[in-house]
Amino acid sequence: MRAALFVTCVNDALYPRTGIAVVRLLERLGVHVDFPAAQSCCGQPQYNTGYRHESEPLMRRTAEAFAGHTHVVTPSASCAAMIREHYPRIGRRARDEGRGPELARLADDLAPRVYELTEFLIDVLGVVDVGAYFPHTVTYHPSCHGLRILGLGDRPRRLLAAVKGLDLVELPGAEECCGFGGTFAVKNPDVSAAMGTDKIRSAASTGAEVLCGADNSCLAHLDGMLRRRDVPPRALHLAEILAATEEDPLR
Amino acid sequence: MTAIPLGMPAFPTAARDGVHDEVLRANLRHATHTIRDKRARAVAELADWDRLREAGKAVKDHTLRHLDRYLLELEESVTAAGGTVHWAADADEANRIVTALVLATGEREVVKVKSMATQEIGLNEALEAAGIAAYETDLAELIVQLGHDRPSHILVPAIHRNRAEIRDIFRTEMASWGRPAPDGLGDDPRELAEAARLHLREKFLRAKVAVSGANFMVAETGTMVVLESEGNGRMCLTLPDTLISVVGIEKVVPTFRDLEIFLQTLPRSSTAERMNPYTTMWTGTTDGDGPTAFHLVLLDNGRTDTLADAVGRQALRCIRCSACLNVCPVYERAGGHAYGSVYPGPIGAILSPQLRGTASEIDASLPYASTLCGACYEVCPVAIDIPEVLVHLRERVAQGGPVTREGIRVRIRPARGHTAERAAMRAARLLLDRPGALRAGERLLSRAHRLRPRRLPGPGRAWTDSRELPRPPAESFRDWWTRERGDRGEEHR
Ligand code: SF4
Repeated sequence: MRAALFVTCVNDALYPRTGIAVVRLLERLGVHVDFPAAQSCCGQPQYNTGYRHESEPLMRRTAEAFAGHTHVVTPSASCAAMIREHYPRIGRRARDEGRGPELARLADDLAPRVYELTEFLIDVLGVVDVGAYFPHTVTYHPSCHGLRILGLGDRPRRLLAAVKGLDLVELPGAEECCGFGGTFAVKNPDVSAAMGTDKIRSAASTGAEVLCGADNSCLAHLDGMLRRRDVPPRALHLAEILAATEEDPLR
Repeated sequence: MTAIPLGMPAFPTAARDGVHDEVLRANLRHATHTIRDKRARAVAELADWDRLREAGKAVKDHTLRHLDRYLLELEESVTAAGGTVHWAADADEANRIVTALVLATGEREVVKVKSMATQEIGLNEALEAAGIAAYETDLAELIVQLGHDRPSHILVPAIHRNRAEIRDIFRTEMASWGRPAPDGLGDDPRELAEAARLHLREKFLRAKVAVSGANFMVAETGTMVVLESEGNGRMCLTLPDTLISVVGIEKVVPTFRDLEIFLQTLPRSSTAERMNPYTTMWTGTTDGDGPTAFHLVLLDNGRTDTLADAVGRQALRCIRCSACLNVCPVYERAGGHAYGSVYPGPIGAILSPQLRGTASEIDASLPYASTLCGACYEVCPVAIDIPEVLVHLRERVAQGGPVTREGIRVRIRPARGHTAERAAMRAARLLLDRPGALRAGERLLSRAHRLRPRRLPGPGRAWTDSRELPRPPAESFRDWWTRERGDRGEEHR
């Protein structure tokens, strides 16, 4: 099995540990990982803020970078959602506005080949127990795009529950948005902070040591709030937990 | 659409009051969480919910596509049944029509059934200016009216008020509008409801003219449908001699049978009831029973312009159930008043900027009053993809583009204040579209990781005001990969 890693711009620049964890995890499971260097950002920030035209070149770049790959894996639910749900939509709009049909074709071609990490593990590789070891109490926040656009369902929780030593505790109000929302955090700072505060309060109420998620952008917002208050839990990407083993624990 | 509260600031500023008002937030949190849990249970009872949702969407889309035809059919049916149809292009015209109709009866007061359309056009204020008193008869509307307040929720306009606040409003205000509150009124819900009942009963029995909206209008029969929980609506629809209904043109459905869908989806979505307590249907006039004169005012007020927009028109499917408000985490914190419209919450964020345009500060900020979390889309009984419309309207605000205004296709310019953002988005795209440059940028960031400031200047301040910045790593993923794996899989461009 071969898979191309779409690491995403946020992970590349700020959370390389997540990308490294995905590589370790997939290689441990016998997957040959490619990293097409021409990849960049999926264009989600531009698109969601109302700059669809700016997102189009990035969409083209992403589609071209992964043109030859049957399986594209990404440790970001919202970027996977951008490609799967919004690329075809952007492509159609571009075609309707007379800017050539090839963007629509590129988008439609890429969308079904993109998998969020937990989908790839469970749906493609058919594994739930990935052989991980993580002796900590963990609570899981399902980010909105994973939950509602991708429909990840209980995949992340099933993977976590199979981790040796891991004690999974339910997050109260798990399905509520954390308040990040891309530029929302900057455009509506008061509401964003109020939502984030409620979320970290729920997380703290579980007594968990780790707040786990599948989107580093939501985690950056929550972790930033936790660290500002200097309180537990600490935020950690799912991939890092799944990559940890007894021989090679999380550092 | 008129009636933007005067000097209404942009959403982020308006929301600040709500966010920092502890009482308001507690009231809202309690109310919305209770109703959203109940709704989920009521919906789960129906095995064919998804199909009902699809059917509702399909009926609405079909009707909107052939709206001209169905409206003419409706006019014919209503007229044949003894009613009179009036067409109003905008709020002013609708207000003029209703005022003239009331004055023609010689009356100086009307009772009102809760209606979004009449609030949208500011009818009560227009009537007042003509010397006509309009009495709201829905309990929550009564609380808002007595409290000189604005509604903050589609279904529960006084959702932001708790019992103690309501008792105080009744005690101090009821007397100046009619029967005073009973002595020693407490804040028990039953006591409050009884006080309202006594106060309103006088009005019902005296009123000669009623003003209502409608949830649905059936084209084939000319039947108007009102769903409500308190029975006040039925009093208004049956006791007075003259009934004037102001209804948005998107409320029409083709056949009586179509109601089958909505009478299941609307109550469950809005009040979490299997069936709402009162469903009143009236068709024209009948001698000796109910109003002897019936006027239907069909309101456009920006709706046909909205219909011209391929993405945005789905907002017109809305059946005003308010489920999207009750699940919205932004509404829950900001409160309904922050949306500067009678339509708050997610539906308000896409409806107001379409009906009113994006020229005002508040309307230009509404498409951004969402994290795009999608909870609203998930619960909407007519499957309005609110996040899709929000992004579409953001594009209109940030970049300008073609819109239809009063039937004419025009190109609008971007809203003010987006120049710096546009430049930043473009610069980011240019950088991200050149992996070489991106890599250099990442190296700079890594090298600066010890100089990390605690507070950022400019828009970044909003982030660092309440959060730490992520710690930049010593090495980007890209550099790690090259160091570890060499050029395997690298395709430089
Ligand atoms: S948008 Fe949908 S959920 Fe919201 S009020 Fe309208 S019908 Fe209900």
